[in-house]
This record gives sequence, structure tokens and C-alpha cells, in this order.
Amino acid sequence: MSEATPVSESTEPMFPMARQCPFAPPREVTLVQADRVVPRVPIWNGVRPWLFTRFDDVRMVLSDPRFSADKSRPGYPLSSAAAAAEAVVPPTLLVMDNPDHDRYRRLVLSEFTVKRSESLRPVVREIVGRSIDELLAGPRPGDLVAAVALPIAMSMVCELLGVPFADRDLFRTRTNTANSMRVTTEEAAAARQELHDYLVELVRRRERDPGDDFISRMAVRHVRSGAMSHDVLGGMALLLLTAGHDTTANMIALGVLALLRHPGQLARLRDSDDPRVAAQVAEEMLRYLTIVQRGIRRIAVEDVRVGGRLVRAGEGVIAAINVANRDPERFGAGDELDTTRHARAHLAFGYGPHQCLGQALARVELQEAYAGIARRIPGLRLAVAEDELRFKSDMAVYGVHELPVDW
Amino acid sequence: MKVTLVRDRCVGAGQCVLSSPEVFDQDEDDGVAYLLCEEPLPGNEDSVHEAVDLCPAQAILVAADGNGAS
Repeated sequence: MSEATPVSESTEPMFPMARQCPFAPPREVTLVQADRVVPRVPIWNGVRPWLFTRFDDVRMVLSDPRFSADKSRPGYPLSSAAAAAEAVVPPTLLVMDNPDHDRYRRLVLSEFTVKRSESLRPVVREIVGRSIDELLAGPRPGDLVAAVALPIAMSMVCELLGVPFADRDLFRTRTNTANSMRVTTEEAAAARQELHDYLVELVRRRERDPGDDFISRMAVRHVRSGAMSHDVLGGMALLLLTAGHDTTANMIALGVLALLRHPGQLARLRDSDDPRVAAQVAEEMLRYLTIVQRGIRRIAVEDVRVGGRLVRAGEGVIAAINVANRDPERFGAGDELDTTRHARAHLAFGYGPHQCLGQALARVELQEAYAGIARRIPGLRLAVAEDELRFKSDMAVYGVHELPVDW
Repeated sequence: MKVTLVRDRCVGAGQCVLSSPEVFDQDEDDGVAYLLCEEPLPGNEDSVHEAVDLCPAQAILVAADGNGAS
């Protein structure tokens, strides 16, 4: 898979195109939406999926059962060579279609309800406070990514799953490999296998000697009863681990940078103790930043018409959630960051049966992180010129590599 | 307004609970949404419409008084 078929005799730009502005999707994709067209776009491996950008079309693609999330299907518009490994090691909810998807998802739903996630808010607040303490006690300038964003996201996922925080370097490095755009399928599969083996072993330990955590509860409830195999629960934990920390960490750091660029909106958050303000900020950041920057991919298993366009069985599609989240028909002036708007219809968590399982907890983390940072560090400022920042343009999940700040 | 929730479709995203906590909750044991109130007060109707729109699984149906579920 490392030797991709070159897209020959074509001057068409490959999807995803480069961004012209760090806070906006590539102009070529925005124009697709403005022109109300649905082009086929070449991607890295020579496949030419349809590109859907309008809010309504994207919701249909992501919720219609005639589109499959099974990455092992021939012609699937994989976002990278590494993504092919997701179909096999181990197959998680992300690549399952119904009825399997809903059957397994249902077994773990009770762990991710709104109330359950709300009940973790004091834990999140404590972790946020501790991370900020460490930043403030450390050298100046400090890196908000390494000192605050990653520790918050990583601590929460460890806390939730019951995996030792001491093993975070293993999770971090293997997740980076599994999500990389530069590795082969085999390298990504090896990283995933290593994580999976680790987690399956942890499942076996918790099954014998349960604690108060996700893996223990699921092992006692579903593995002992036979509803889930060790492999499936290990895969579930792997999904939560890899999907749960990188996204949240990138949203925290990039969101803080967006707030620093909009001092009035930062001040509004800082000066309010109304939890609804922090909630609005988090929703608008999810909409405006939409860090899943390569779109959500699917493949049609039957002919299906979307927004007047006939997609044939076997053809791939890309649902460009980052552009759909700025659709003026749904959000008005979508290119503007406006933390007073009601943004909850955004598709940053996806849509349809696969919509983010951990979204309620992600919301609590983002609300607590943005509010905590704004209020605890009133003099927060960027310690380098903006054009010195390194953005994650070539990664599955967008963000900044470092965010040097002073206060 | 009459609200119907199709439990078999629910994927536990919790959007309805965020939109309209007076009308929807999630079962502590299985995480699936359920109705606190099938005929919400007029003051809650907007939030129920939002829940219908945001539900990723189209599991919520509403009918105006006197009509069948749409």
C-alpha cells in the first residue's frame, strides 16, 4: 500500500488540497459548495470519490444505510495507507455496518450518557486545574500543547478506561503511528496490533480483578456473559483510546489559539461564570475548527441519489464535514467565529449511527479547558509570531504541533 | 404536540437530552433515550423540534395534536 497508484495525466488538484488560511478549509473545497456542484476528486491512491460539501447532503451520506463504513471493501476511499489497517486490526465500531455496529455500540452506551459525562465534570475540572498549575509553575514561555492540552485529554482517557497514566507514552507514540499519513499499512497495523495486545491483556486482568473503570465494568458485564469477546472489548478500548485523546487535545490547543485571535470573545468567556457561555464557546469551536479535516469517507453499497447526484454501488464518497459546518444555508456567516451563535447542529462529531460515542465527555472536557484557561491565565498571549506556528496540515486530525504561550 | 421515540433506532448520542432535558433522558442501565413526557408543554416544543433535527439516528417523531406521527 505504500506504493500508491499515481494519479496520471491529470492536472486536477488532489484532495485534500492545501489550506490557504490556517483557520479555513481549502478554498477549492469551499468553492465546490458555493458552486453547488458535486465533483469527483482524485485522492492519494488513485480512487476518485464524490465530494459532498453541503450540510444536507453530508447528513444524508452519513446517515443512509446504503453507504458503508467498511474500509475493507474494494474501492473504499481510504484517507491514507494507515487507514486500511483500521479494517483489520482490530475491527472496531468505526468500520462496522449494521446490524453489528448498533449491537456492539449498545453494549457500551450506558458509559457515555450525558448524565454520566456530567458526573465526571469535577474530575475533569481537577485535571484541568492541575495541568494549568503545571504550566504556570514551569518555564516561560511554555507549550500549551505539551503542558495542558495533551495532559488533560490523556488523563481523562486513562481515567475513563482504567489504563495506567504511566503508559501514556506507549499510547501516544503508537496512536501517532496509527494516525499518520506517512506510514505504510503494515506499519500502522503493527502499531495498532501492539496497542490491541496490550489492551486485551488488560481486559483479561480486569476480568479477574475488576476496578472502577470502563474496561472492568464491561469485562464483568459483557465478557463474562459472552456478549463480547476479549478481542472485541480490547478493540472498543483501542477505539476510545485512539479517538479520544488526539482529537480533544487538538481541539483544546487550536481553540485557545482561535480565542487569542478574537480577544473580545476570549474576554466574554473569561468574565462570565455562566456554564452556558462555556458551552456555546465549545460548540462554536467544534463547528468552526472541525479538525477532522479530510472528511468522513464512505462507500455506496447500492445506487443512491444524494442531492440530485446518483452515486453508483461501489463508488466512494467524501463527506466534507469541515465545509458543511460553514454552509451559509445552515449557519449564515459560517466563516466567522461567533461564540454567541447557536452552533449545536454542527457535524464535527459526525452524524448517523457512527456519531461520536464520547461526545458528551468531549463537550465537558472542552468547556472546562477553555473556561479554565481563560479564567486562570488572564494575561495569556502567544509567545511567537503567528506565522511561526506549525499547523498539522498533513495529518488526519488538524491542530498545532506546539503552542508557545506566555502570561 | 405528541412525541414518539423509536428506541430501536437510538444510538445514544444524547443530542435530545442536551436540546430538551425536560422531555428526554437516557436510561442509566442501557444508555438508550426515553421520553419523560410524551405531550410536552408548548414552551418545550421548540426544543423538541431541535432534538428531532439533531438526532443522528432519526429516532424521534413528532405529530401536531390530532395528527398521526410524521
